[in-house]
Amino acid sequence: MQTLLFTLVLFLILNLGVGMWRVLRGPTTADRMLAAQLLGTTAVAILLLLAEATGSAALRDVALVLALLATVTAVAFVRRTLPYSENANDDE
Amino acid sequence: METLISWAIDVALALLVVSLAWRALASTDLFKAIVLFIAFGLVLTLVWVRLNATDVALAEAAIGAGVTGALLLAAYAKLRATSPDAIVDRAGGISGIGAISLLILILLVAAALGYAVWTLPSDYTGLGKEVAANLDQSGVSNPVTAVLLNFRGYDTLLEIMVLLLALLGAWSLGITIPRPEAAPGLVLDTLSRLLVPLLILVAAYLLWVGAHAPGGAFQAGAVLAAAGVLMLLSGRELPAALATWPLRLALVLGPATFLMLAVITLILEGRVLKLSPEWAGRLILIIETTATISIGVTLTALFMGAPPGEEDR
Amino acid sequence: MTTSDYLSVALLTTGGLFFLAGTFGLLRFPDVFTRLHALTKADNVGLGLTVAGLALQVDSWAVAGKLLLIWLLALLAGATVSYLIAQGALRLGIRPWKR
Repeated sequence: MQTLLFTLVLFLILNLGVGMWRVLRGPTTADRMLAAQLLGTTAVAILLLLAEATGSAALRDVALVLALLATVTAVAFVRRTLPYSENANDDE
Repeated sequence: METLISWAIDVALALLVVSLAWRALASTDLFKAIVLFIAFGLVLTLVWVRLNATDVALAEAAIGAGVTGALLLAAYAKLRATSPDAIVDRAGGISGIGAISLLILILLVAAALGYAVWTLPSDYTGLGKEVAANLDQSGVSNPVTAVLLNFRGYDTLLEIMVLLLALLGAWSLGITIPRPEAAPGLVLDTLSRLLVPLLILVAAYLLWVGAHAPGGAFQAGAVLAAAGVLMLLSGRELPAALATWPLRLALVLGPATFLMLAVITLILEGRVLKLSPEWAGRLILIIETTATISIGVTLTALFMGAPPGEEDR
Repeated sequence: MTTSDYLSVALLTTGGLFFLAGTFGLLRFPDVFTRLHALTKADNVGLGLTVAGLALQVDSWAVAGKLLLIWLLALLAGATVSYLIAQGALRLGIRPWKR
């Protein structure tokens, strides 16, 4: 079971690396931000798996805080940054 | 098998964290750099977890990936609205002599750090033993909290002062962050009604749990700030009655309590922030509670920009 | 291994696959609206299955409750943020992709 948990953690970290491509590529600000959202959820899953694999309960608190604050960052993006973004239709 | 996978996890994280840092610095698109910085914070949280520094991971998750991201996004909006040239035509990094001298500087720092690690005695175990030996005198059972609030309390005192100074700096610039006209809408309003109480509850939990497990004032303060930021984002402004002295009182509550304790301990015990074992637990709780409130309010105020009532200046 | 262990393995593996699907969709789909659709699969189902798989292994109800809370939070946040991003993108004038 331990091996499976660690394998899944490795698998999700590789997912993180691949998802980074969308952050780099864009093209719109919304694309980059939602890629960051996916990275956030993946990190939450990684933390929960590690908490079980290593028996460290405090990692679930880290996951909880990460999930909460990623939401606030996303709302900050929608309310503050998105209205001032340029329309990137032409870049596609 | 497991060691091999563990090793692969660490290598993957190390590669990811370095490449994200490099991409964030090298990016000419400011918004891309911000999102990369947020992603960097996420990966760095995982790196701290792998290094068994859960307290730092918690702080990185709350401040690095969370509140800093929101602050940077608001700063980007402000730049975009007032001086769009600053964003569009950012020069493509440094080049020529600048790059070479920077590279030499970085290599020198790396060599110095490497030398420092290399010359450590092979049986060096850090100060962990001393902390463990004195832990029962500290009033808490989480060694990190014991170091931050008791053994080296003055470090934390100065850190809290730095945060207050940062806000005073931002206020002195008189920056107003533009607020979009659009109403928050029912969906965002419902989200903030559900999340704000939960954020405050989690902040209180982190503050309390800090005595015996990872947690503490900075983490709790950042989560509290997230509640404040979310309220601002869903169109709730600070009432004018609270924007005068109650706001300022909340800002200085933590630093003032901490400073007062430093003066009292200097007079009574002869040493700054020397907490006597029978009082230490209660005193640490008082410092952490007031610090949490002040850190939360300070970070929220940073997000707000100019001091309330002086925005039209 | 007991039955619940096998079930847990199945749930965790499927959860991982949903994360893979979400990442794939994020890379392959043509515009921001379709990519949102891919993202929510990882958010809701991927994390949900992972949480369910882990909840079968933990030994206290309190921990299982905390896992459930984190998932509910991700559900709430994912749905709201996706809606807000889509609405903002439409207001900005980003045209949905057409074949």
